Amino acid sequence: MKEQSMSSLPLSPYRVMDLADEKGYFCGKVLGDFGADVIKIERPGGDPSRNKGPFYHDIPHPERSLSWFACNINKRSITLNIESLDGQEIFKRLVKDAHFIVESFPPGYMERVGLDYTELERLNPRIILVSITPFGQTGPCKDYKASDIVYMGMGGMMYISGDPDRAPIRISVEQSYFQAGAQAASAAMIAHYHRQMTGEGQKIDVSIHESVVCSTHLTSFFWEIGGRNVRREGDRVSRGTVSPRMIWSCKDGYISWRIWVAQQGSRTRALVEWANSEGKAEELKDLDWEKMDFNHLTQEQLELWEKNFIGFFLTHTKTELYEGAIKRGIILFPINTVKDLREDIQLQWRDFWLEVEHKELADTIIYPGAPIKSSEFDCHIRYRPPLIGEHNEDIYHYELGITQEELVVLKEGGCI
Amino acid sequence: MGSGENQGLNGLRILDFSWVIAGPETTRYLAFHGATVVKVESKNRLDIFRSYIPMAGGIPGVNRCGAFDAYNSDKYDIMLDLNKEKGVDVAKRLVAWADVVVENFMPGTMEKWGLGYNDLKELKPAIIMVSFSMQGQTGPNSRVAGFGTELQSLVGYTSLIGWPDRPPSGTNSPYTDFVVPWYGITGIMAALDYRQRTGRGQHLDIGQLEAGASFLSSAILDYTVNNKVAGPMGNHLDYTAPHGAYRCNGDDKWCVIAIHTDNEWRSFCQAIGHPEWTKEPKFSTLSGRKKNEDELDKLVEEWTVIYTPEQVMEKMQKCGVASGTVATGQDIHSDPQIKHRGHFKVLDHKEIGLHSYETPSWRLSKTPGEIRMPSPCLGEHTEYVCREILGISDEEFIELFQDGVFE
Repeated sequence: MKEQSMSSLPLSPYRVMDLADEKGYFCGKVLGDFGADVIKIERPGGDPSRNKGPFYHDIPHPERSLSWFACNINKRSITLNIESLDGQEIFKRLVKDAHFIVESFPPGYMERVGLDYTELERLNPRIILVSITPFGQTGPCKDYKASDIVYMGMGGMMYISGDPDRAPIRISVEQSYFQAGAQAASAAMIAHYHRQMTGEGQKIDVSIHESVVCSTHLTSFFWEIGGRNVRREGDRVSRGTVSPRMIWSCKDGYISWRIWVAQQGSRTRALVEWANSEGKAEELKDLDWEKMDFNHLTQEQLELWEKNFIGFFLTHTKTELYEGAIKRGIILFPINTVKDLREDIQLQWRDFWLEVEHKELADTIIYPGAPIKSSEFDCHIRYRPPLIGEHNEDIYHYELGITQEELVVLKEGGCI
Repeated sequence: MGSGENQGLNGLRILDFSWVIAGPETTRYLAFHGATVVKVESKNRLDIFRSYIPMAGGIPGVNRCGAFDAYNSDKYDIMLDLNKEKGVDVAKRLVAWADVVVENFMPGTMEKWGLGYNDLKELKPAIIMVSFSMQGQTGPNSRVAGFGTELQSLVGYTSLIGWPDRPPSGTNSPYTDFVVPWYGITGIMAALDYRQRTGRGQHLDIGQLEAGASFLSSAILDYTVNNKVAGPMGNHLDYTAPHGAYRCNGDDKWCVIAIHTDNEWRSFCQAIGHPEWTKEPKFSTLSGRKKNEDELDKLVEEWTVIYTPEQVMEKMQKCGVASGTVATGQDIHSDPQIKHRGHFKVLDHKEIGLHSYETPSWRLSKTPGEIRMPSPCLGEHTEYVCREILGISDEEFIELFQDGVFE
């Protein structure tokens, strides 16, 4: 049984000061999933990344950005101008009790405002500073301008995605910042382990570009060992010396399935038997799929066999095919949209979806829930995404002991 | 064991039953940072990447495969036949040694060998076990077989890679396999901290379905809140134009250009030398560019096709426009920024020879990590692990060997 209270989450003793915009705010989200106390530090008026769409009911407003909601749940928010002297003073006080700082400013910015690692380390030798930037802190491209499509292109993901007769394409929903943020969280936790053992903090330099290279860890060794570049193949994927078809039309959409041979050959036989029972794919019923090997098949032969399945798939819906495949041990999945995903029975059974109350919108929003499960804890929702500076009083007054009068002065001075 | 410098995780002990990508990628990064990772294989169920191409020199061999090699550097490899009682017994002795056990079989497989979480917990209450899977350890579809290549369709990725006028085209990579390792690493580190505080171990259940969905959270909210279903847009993006991949000079060479603001549009026009068409009023506003986007894309490409991707990128970057190359596997090796960061490190593998290995996207200032050993040959460290880690005597080792336990 889980004996869980708020303080028993794995990272609940630790505080993250999250200065990151859309390039890095997923890092704090992941640490928050594991229970860290994440304080979003926004510039007065709110972080510019709040202006990123899509928006709640399509109304552009800094407190209605759904991208921001998705990555800033479980965080608290304070506003602070770290370029002002008063702001820096407060920031430094907070650093003394913090465990991680996550930032995604351009290289050199933290030095310019006097908050570089040397200074932070002086204030708190155990601090871990995580910097997430487009190409890293140094190097010939460190100041290059980029966005998701640039990272996906330069990181190798686009060249292997799309149809061979058209341009390479990106995933239509931004991925690079999720990759970079999640990888930054991993790095932060490796540094944390070291800190727990030795008391020593450190700084971490994460490159978003390189994080996409790591998420495409396939193309580089195909070149290095195989002497060829993996390419985009549309509805096919490279296997051995051939490319089996992977994307098929069915009655109401598309499914993913491919011919398997050798150890997994029985899975092909299972589909052939199913198709046969409905009078399809009869030519294939005597083939011994287990005895074949992708390295000794021709593309021509493969495509001849594949023709037999076209008609079979077209007579079934994707749900019928998925359910029938599960029964028969066939590896076949529906090509889902986010709408289909929301209806998936496995996710529902595992209580993946979470209803989160947004009192300020007089509404309840359904969020994707825990990315992982544990026998000891649930990554539950502790806070809905914060309003701009919603926790100023909690932190400044109740925690740091700044008086209400002083807060008014700081507010009027544009510091908070 | 390993180098003298602490790379962050020295002293951490990982017992790794995993194969293919999700598990091995996770433990590879831990090994990179100094953890001792013992990988368990068996002749009866080789890591399937020991039979995948590319193979070094095109010569088949279990120790020559690029995919296995890429995901298993810095690990010790022991062969253990878990269908033999004595094999499971040796595995259990390794559990007693380990801090963390990692596996990514079909849920239920470890239980079959008597190595499920409950068995391990009995043996060692503080053990941390990580099970990667397609759809999680529980629920009606937990035992549905699959690979990331197909599973990413269930999560929604395949439907988001394509052109609006065509069926989905998808990607030639098991993308969701490259989502779960980050949750694996963070989860293991968090669990170790929790164990230090509470003395309790735990079982982490990481499915590609749930983890993969977490990277689509903004699109999911757009559906649950606004009822909008994201679809494939080629390279286009709402509220931005031009935004795409454009053909360049060379064989299948492409660049990308992304223009978000009117200022960037003016910089772009300057970068390409203000040809007549850029002065047309229909392109001067974002709404105009969006309305005439297909025509605009063609005109942009008439310019890019004269240059190499690198030349386009340089001209654009000089004017403050986001732009890059569409890199092939070969290009990544010669990328100057990747070189500057020392992303690749060359080691000599017994059978594959001298070649490069990839390092992480992060640089830790005090515990940088390093690749010390190439990927192991099959069973390369069976004897080492038995003698040095488990302290098995010569007599027992020979007896186990003769019983076929190390197969």
